[in-house]
Amino acid sequence: MTSEQPVTEPDLQAYADGRLADARRAEVEAWLATRPDEAGRIADYRAQGEMLRALYDPVLGEPVPERLRAAARGGVRSGAFARAAGWVALGAAIGILAGWQLRALQAPARVAQSEGLSMARLAAVAHVTYTPEVRHPVEVGADQEAHLVAWLSKRLGAPLHVPALDRAGLTLVGGRLLPGDGDPARGVNLAPVAQFMYQGAKGQRVTLYVRTEPEGHHDTAFRFAREGGVRVFYWIDRNFGYALSTSDLDRAELLNVANLVYKQLNP
Amino acid sequence: MAERRAIVELIPRLRRYARALVGDRAAADDLVQDTLERAWIKFHLYRDGTDLRAWLFTVMHNVHVNRVRAARNADPLDEEMPEMAQRGTQGDALVLRDLERAIVRLPNEQREVLLLVALEDMSYDEVARTLGIPIGTVMSRLSRAREKLRVMMLELPVTAKLKLVK
Repeated sequence: MTSEQPVTEPDLQAYADGRLADARRAEVEAWLATRPDEAGRIADYRAQGEMLRALYDPVLGEPVPERLRAAARGGVRSGAFARAAGWVALGAAIGILAGWQLRALQAPARVAQSEGLSMARLAAVAHVTYTPEVRHPVEVGADQEAHLVAWLSKRLGAPLHVPALDRAGLTLVGGRLLPGDGDPARGVNLAPVAQFMYQGAKGQRVTLYVRTEPEGHHDTAFRFAREGGVRVFYWIDRNFGYALSTSDLDRAELLNVANLVYKQLNP
Repeated sequence: MAERRAIVELIPRLRRYARALVGDRAAADDLVQDTLERAWIKFHLYRDGTDLRAWLFTVMHNVHVNRVRAARNADPLDEEMPEMAQRGTQGDALVLRDLERAIVRLPNEQREVLLLVALEDMSYDEVARTLGIPIGTVMSRLSRAREKLRVMMLELPVTAKLKLVK
């Protein structure tokens, strides 16, 4: 990779923040492509940003205490107030407001904890059930990826995408169909679930559990759960719930994979 | 009364930043209140047509730094940030809780830069102006903050793996 300019640390920071111009971004991407350690570090920085927003954006929706409102109104200083600033600042403030209201709308809502946990648990159970399989880990292998995707999409009743995780050193083994957690007696939530299995060079396995979510569900941030020896990152994004499980990667590595999955599903 | 309304509307953003900056909810709201009161005292210094948000964050930065300094002088042994209260509602969001703890362990000057970039989505220039530091300093603090946070998150204990019975 020959870049006109060497890639500097500020370049990498700006890249992590998505603030490089297209041409420079492409150069940095090419540079990172040959340096997996650096690429991992930058992916971690991006994940930090996501997590910070997941952690603190909910504050935007909290009711404002009256003492703060009173302080913001500034008591009796209306004279000074009237003299200062004016419409320009109002315009700026409206722009800012529109910005944060958008952000607030996008802030992750809290999913009922039990629902999310139950998805994490089901995913972990499916993970430990099928990952030890040597001969039949999947129903349809990666060599028939198009067929696999078409089949699982049809059974789930929604178009699925299989993320490529090669950048995390994981290749697709294939996928299978699993029963959903619905209740046949009540006829609810009967859609089956898809499980995709990935494997690394040292045999480490990761499964991605994908299920459809009923209308009206809120998106959530990444959540982490531990089910026995299985680590699970799970989240809900639009009409799908996802859970990524592993016993072989540590939490940071799994988070890296979760980010890869998320980015590919939200191009 | 445009600014008055604008300032009221900015309260949630000031609170979000303050919460991340000082950790504790009540202390964060105290910081916001002090900032707002200070902003009115100093309002004659606000220049027409400039970014009111950036100006308020500058005021908050000054109030915060003064408080940190005062606290340090009053009790030189108390440099450690207080441990975060446990939040029962996020029992499964272990990573986020770990992050919350890690954030308060960053040096204040690095934490400010990281939060203005990550939460307020300020440009590096805006951060430089808000904090009154050169942009090169913004970049180096940002870089150090992220790396420190990353290392802290990686060093967290990972529970022993259970053996799977095949």
